[in-house]
Amino acid sequence: MESGFLPRTRFQTLLDALHRAGYRCVGPRVRDGAIVYDTLTRAEELPRGMRDRQAPGRYRLEQTGNPRFFSWANGPQALKPFVFAPQEPLWRSERNASGEIRFAEISPPAERLAIIGVRACDLAALRLQDRHFQEGVVADSHYAARRRNLILIAVHCTHPADTCFCVSTGDGPRATQDFDLALSELDDGYLVQAGSEPGRELAAQLTLTRATAAQREAAAREIEESAKSQTRRLPSRQLRDALFANLEHPRWNDVAERCLSCGNCTAVCPTCFCHSEAEEPTLAGDHSRHLRLWDSCFTQGHSYIHGLTIRADTRTRYRQWLTHKLGSWHDQYGRSGCVGCGRCIAWCPVGIDITEEAAAICGGGTHG
Amino acid sequence: MNNARPRIAVHKFASCDGCQLAFLNLGEDLLALAQAVEIVHFAEAGPVDPDAAVDIAFIEGSISTPEDAERVRRVRANSRYLVTVGACATSGGLQALRNFADAREWLAAIYAKPEYIQSLATSTPISSHVKVDLELWGCPVSGRQLLAATRSLLFAVPPWYEKDKVCLECKRHQNVCVMVAKGAPCLGPVTRAGCGALCPAFRRDCYACYGPAENPNAESLARRFEGLGLMPEAVARRFLFINGAAPAFAEAGLKRRGKPHD
Amino acid sequence: MADPHVPHEAEVVERIQESPTIFTLRLRFTDPARHAAFRFEPGQFNMLYLYGVGEIPISIVSDPRDEHLFDHTIRVVGRVTKGFTQLKAGDRLGVRGPYGRGWPLRRAKGRDVMVVTGGLGCAPVVSVINYVIRRRDDFRRLVIMQGVKHSDDLIWRSQYSLWSRQRDTQVLVAADAGAALWPWHIGRVTELFDRVLIDAARAVVMMCGPEGMMRVAIDNLLHKGVPEDGIYLSMERSMQCAVGLCGHCQYGGKFACKDGPVFAYPEVKPLFGIRGF
Repeated sequence: MESGFLPRTRFQTLLDALHRAGYRCVGPRVRDGAIVYDTLTRAEELPRGMRDRQAPGRYRLEQTGNPRFFSWANGPQALKPFVFAPQEPLWRSERNASGEIRFAEISPPAERLAIIGVRACDLAALRLQDRHFQEGVVADSHYAARRRNLILIAVHCTHPADTCFCVSTGDGPRATQDFDLALSELDDGYLVQAGSEPGRELAAQLTLTRATAAQREAAAREIEESAKSQTRRLPSRQLRDALFANLEHPRWNDVAERCLSCGNCTAVCPTCFCHSEAEEPTLAGDHSRHLRLWDSCFTQGHSYIHGLTIRADTRTRYRQWLTHKLGSWHDQYGRSGCVGCGRCIAWCPVGIDITEEAAAICGGGTHG
Repeated sequence: MNNARPRIAVHKFASCDGCQLAFLNLGEDLLALAQAVEIVHFAEAGPVDPDAAVDIAFIEGSISTPEDAERVRRVRANSRYLVTVGACATSGGLQALRNFADAREWLAAIYAKPEYIQSLATSTPISSHVKVDLELWGCPVSGRQLLAATRSLLFAVPPWYEKDKVCLECKRHQNVCVMVAKGAPCLGPVTRAGCGALCPAFRRDCYACYGPAENPNAESLARRFEGLGLMPEAVARRFLFINGAAPAFAEAGLKRRGKPHD
Repeated sequence: MADPHVPHEAEVVERIQESPTIFTLRLRFTDPARHAAFRFEPGQFNMLYLYGVGEIPISIVSDPRDEHLFDHTIRVVGRVTKGFTQLKAGDRLGVRGPYGRGWPLRRAKGRDVMVVTGGLGCAPVVSVINYVIRRRDDFRRLVIMQGVKHSDDLIWRSQYSLWSRQRDTQVLVAADAGAALWPWHIGRVTELFDRVLIDAARAVVMMCGPEGMMRVAIDNLLHKGVPEDGIYLSMERSMQCAVGLCGHCQYGGKFACKDGPVFAYPEVKPLFGIRGF
């Protein structure tokens, strides 16, 4: 439901309305040569005119002089770190002198968070993380506590990177689900669209003008062009059978020669959910914290069971990742685990391209 | 370990003392440590009894003289559990750079009377001489590693040891990758975690002071460095540094040493 | 909402040394209400927490009808199990569970039951054997097949003798190498399949142990006419959360912790025996 038009000069009023409602705003900022999500208090802090250039294993920013705040494709972070924390304590235990042990849950801080600039691929990924962490047999209370405190301001993606392929996974560039507000960025401001009750309440606090037909057309055209500009693609949205039919394909050896088994792809992947648990006792031994940390199927510890490592080499680790991401996700959650954000391509230190590997193993082209 | 406080010793071999400082810099935990264990030998901190029998011996430094090769055997014989701390003790350290050169020639070039210098042609890790129960990597090690290992031994369980890559810690800290965003020749993808991705957190490339991680693909990373524009000798120097004698790094480095700069 | 990750305090009531490296902890929750409410099925597991060290999944081996205690048989292999060896009666630990899908004992009712184990992986199926023997009239023939590397590795040796004297029960034990006075077969356990007497078409076979052993056993059973869906196996994978979240135990699209650890063979057949999954 479209609410109206917000001129760029009044973008601050959106931040102000969120602050008044008790939210910390997090949005795109330039840090260390990349667009990252960070605390946002003033609209001037937004990356005006910044454009990213992404390629396998490479990410660079440049200033274009364009007045827009959102003329970039996603940086390394997704929504994942805001709901599934990279490392957090789950509970603590205390042992007294007579040996009794007491346990207490450690709850995450109940901070209300507004995330600004969210892209369609990341909303699709959030949907998958929701299914994994809170819609299964047990709900993860840490994830759920963070998730219910989120308000999401999406921006339809008009500047995909060369590494993007959300069109081929069906997840973008237009945001269609799970946002509270969605913005279409034009040269002079934003078409504002509410997607939830909190979104409508928020939009009502902004002084919006009526959107013109020309603005609507321009916005629709930009999203269409954005879709057309994507050159990468996966061979199909359903690669499960093709992957599991090719478990001995020579390409697995080939990619293992290049793969560093460093886990960067899984850390930047907005849907990867694997984590390990660890214990952190005090030296005195009177209490101990039980933590969870992002893990990766590229570590040895991921498949270690008392004396046996099921995936000791890179070939089986990469194969596990790809067959899970594009294959067995279908069995678990009814669709592929890839939303086409392209992060694993750009942030792989040696530039391994998931679309190329999938095509080499399953057949089918990656460009076109 | 029984109910009596375990006895520990901290021994020094060829090293800079930086890892011993990791103990001394523990702050309040140092007091807790002194209560949890009995420190019987730790020359830098005061107690001296090098031949005492102990439950845990921490060894800093590599073996670089004939006398040290003998001494480390006595330490082993006197210790129930032996832990190497730091790059020198664990891989041979920076001084192992001489393993790739003619050590005698270096001696002659530096000392007026090299015949007075009694040192071995190589610097080698403790594990080349005696059985090691636990290796803590780092240059220097962190206090956190020392405390975690000690706590595990107090619980009478084998210490947990880090073997994952720096990239895992780096991404958990949400650092921006210096290799992808700046083209810096970062060794994080082959280096053992444990430092908290300290250098990348300050926008610097990792220089592998924690040694090789498990399953390191140093060859692929070396090729990538060449792709970033580094000359073969520059790539070699990335690997042949603090932990250059660790086999995974030595192989990738030596392969490029002496290659013409084309 | 109760946090699914947090353990509850339990007390070691008794500790039994089964072999030099295997011991059983008999436990009770210290909160009587929690203990009274605790229910499980054979083949399910608990996460056992050693204070300050960590958690590990261990199957429950006692009879579900025993209201007083629940038992875990532990083999010393890693840092947490090494730590557990120190526990004695009166010591405390953390327990959460039960987790996973257990053995198909309801389906096995009125049928021949065969239990196959190898290596030291016998504890989870011993709970099945005890379950069947205590409810002998509910089941038809019972065939117990156990292989060990060396005869000294066989724990509960006297029980095997006891079981072999039960009616309609066949015990087939093999050791790759045997010490003197070993009454059973010397050689691979899989060499004994010719001697197995079961109503193959209707039998329910339950197995656990090394996957190579299970692979050979499955081939022999299929050859004997046991249908694929009559074969159940317990798949061991790394488990840290036990509630399908941490991802370590994935086996293709399955989570061993919640979809297993006991699987009907057709569920795991596509990947079974492929190295790396």
